[in-house]
Amino acid sequence: MTKNILLTGVGGQGTILAAKMLTIGLMEAGYDVKMSEIHGMSQRGGDVTSQVRYSDDKVYSPVIEKGTADIIVSFEKIEALRRLDYLKEGGIVIVNTEEIPSMTVLTGQQEYPEDVIEEIKSAAGRVVELDASQKAQELGTIKAANVILLGALVKAMELEHIDWDGIIRSNVKEAFVDLNLQAIKAGMAAV
Amino acid sequence: MKQLMTGDEAIARGAYEAGVRHASAYPGTPSTEILENVAKYDEIYAEWAPNEKVAMESAIGGAMAGARSMASMKHVGVNVAADPLMTYAYMGVNGGTVLITADEPGMFSSQNEQDNRNYAKMGKFPMLEPADSQECLDMMKAAFDLSEEYNVLFMIRMVTRVCHSKSLVEIGERKEVGVKEWHPDPMKYVALPAHSRILRVQIEERMEKLAAYSEDCPFNYAEMGDSEIGVIASGPSYYYAKEVFGDKASYLKLGFTNPLPANLIKDFCGKVDKVYVIEEDDPYIEEFCKTLGLTVHGKDTFPPYGEMTPDVLRKSLTGETLPEVSYDRSKVIGRPPTLCAGCPHRGLFYKLGKRKDIMISGDIGCYTLAAGEPYNAMNSTVCMGASISVGHGAQQVFNRAGVKRKVVTVLGDSTFFHTGVESLINTVYNGSNTINIILDNRITGMTGHQQNPGSGFTVKMDPSPVIEIEGLVKALGIKHVKVIDPNDLDAVDAALDAFMDLDEPSVIITRWPCVLKKFSQADLEEFDGLFQTKDVVDQDKCIGCKQCQKTGCPALNFDKKTKKVTIHSADCVGCGVCAQVCPVDAIVKEEK
Repeated sequence: MTKNILLTGVGGQGTILAAKMLTIGLMEAGYDVKMSEIHGMSQRGGDVTSQVRYSDDKVYSPVIEKGTADIIVSFEKIEALRRLDYLKEGGIVIVNTEEIPSMTVLTGQQEYPEDVIEEIKSAAGRVVELDASQKAQELGTIKAANVILLGALVKAMELEHIDWDGIIRSNVKEAFVDLNLQAIKAGMAAV
Repeated sequence: MKQLMTGDEAIARGAYEAGVRHASAYPGTPSTEILENVAKYDEIYAEWAPNEKVAMESAIGGAMAGARSMASMKHVGVNVAADPLMTYAYMGVNGGTVLITADEPGMFSSQNEQDNRNYAKMGKFPMLEPADSQECLDMMKAAFDLSEEYNVLFMIRMVTRVCHSKSLVEIGERKEVGVKEWHPDPMKYVALPAHSRILRVQIEERMEKLAAYSEDCPFNYAEMGDSEIGVIASGPSYYYAKEVFGDKASYLKLGFTNPLPANLIKDFCGKVDKVYVIEEDDPYIEEFCKTLGLTVHGKDTFPPYGEMTPDVLRKSLTGETLPEVSYDRSKVIGRPPTLCAGCPHRGLFYKLGKRKDIMISGDIGCYTLAAGEPYNAMNSTVCMGASISVGHGAQQVFNRAGVKRKVVTVLGDSTFFHTGVESLINTVYNGSNTINIILDNRITGMTGHQQNPGSGFTVKMDPSPVIEIEGLVKALGIKHVKVIDPNDLDAVDAALDAFMDLDEPSVIITRWPCVLKKFSQADLEEFDGLFQTKDVVDQDKCIGCKQCQKTGCPALNFDKKTKKVTIHSADCVGCGVCAQVCPVDAIVKEEK
């Protein structure tokens, strides 16, 4: 059975590194894994999405079809709503409650909507709200928010048996290892 | 050992394992990471060429001299490289030669959706189409062996989803292939008409042999299942089709797609009731099937453009996609890409967009974003290097028709080295009076910071001579040249004013590094206080007029409650553009 994970956020939030560690963990656990991401112009403050698919059997397409994501992990609130059409009926949404205003909001062309979480809750099977940016700040740097969200994802998808500590040790700079070990634990505890 | 790799990484690994010694490329999404990864191998000489034609020719020279050689580029780059490509296809190889083209079905970051498989057909050279990362590696190794066996260059046609998707790859060891001896062979390497006429005949013989090979090639194979539906697919379309049809269809997976295996296709079609040809971009395989007299369905069922992802296939076949959860989509706000906080293009385009009596002829780079809000400062973008020459053409017509409109052309440093130099030669030679602005941000920005002839380093980060743009344009005959700091708005205006009424061509070089660049020692020495400060808004002085937001900086936020602007400190790098725009001097340097 193929599982579908969609990670989404804003350029610079570390979605790609989180997706990378996730796929390494899944590969080391013996799953077939495919991941797809589109970058290019999207790096300049646009939205960034990584799609991860894994299975005991063979994974064919690297892209997730709309209506089939088991879980969406959104690094920013409105980005969860943007990609909600990918969620399957009864699927899980982990959402970082941070708001990053887009250019259209900054310039007053659009207003950042107020009831985003309610809208997500009305459609998803389960919603985990998480102030990962704040939690990361408390640990020392907002940059660890991606690993907190990875921890929440690991718990929600019951992937705790994988050696995430080892994967962190071999994929982040030595100076940040302890911080990220704390971050993944904090994320797992939040679900 | 298995590793997770993108298609680009797997191509690079394949090059390493195939014994490649010489690699040349010009950056372009989604192909850029191929050379970046090739450059990590000490055994391979790797270089950024100033453009794709030069990259192709460098690979041809490397192969003539006897080394396994490669060039990689995005699909539109092959247009630039097409001249040497078409003739080299006649010549044959000494060292194996492979060109990698990265096509963009869906145009994620490209200006068109051309299907480069047509080049293989037009140029009469063989082609492979990988569907995943493992095939990228396997096909690279096979392509070099076959290139030498059949004496012809090979093309590998990738698409974005193959370049940028990760999948598991079994990696192996490098096979050292020596440098073959070079002999002068004018019949082969000097493309005189008399020689080419002989080679032209040989091409037909070669293609016949390759067509026979295509029938038995391990990259072309059938998977027989249910016989009601047969799917013929190449590239990732094969996996998309498997996602939709599963085991309720038979498949003919084609990886060696020029020449196509006629007998294999006929045999497959004979065993199934209804045949779908699923491929991205043009009906390349479909039309071949039809020339064989076969009844197949392709573009009559599936869209002629875009990716053939499972949702697209499903919708084409049944009229519906899979059910989605329902929610209020009107709440989703836009998030368009923007110039970064501190982008050195901001000051220039803020000022340029205010001028109404000009035409702005633009080019390909981050700065193409200036075409949108709030700058509206770009009137055309065609292809790499076109700004200067399109601008020249327009200026000639305006001048001769008595239209008083100055043409300002805009392109980046890497784009200038790419094909802008020849365009500027034309401007000088044919006497245009355009203003040509070269945005020298000391790096190739949009594709992710690749070195270029003006940046002082090679792809392997070895120091290299810096080609100074100022000296170069003066040598071409430009008499009016100004080098300015684009964050200084008065300097931008002064330079434009000084050149606006000239009867001769002029060049403005805006020189300030990309804010995302890893600064070199030379950058730190040249640019004083490089992004060392932050600006803040004095909340008492701010009148909430939002003039500063017209600079389009994402660090500026208008607070609806206080009706004043604040600056997001983590994003601000103190470029000071907003402070120069503020009518009440409310934006000041943050005290340390």
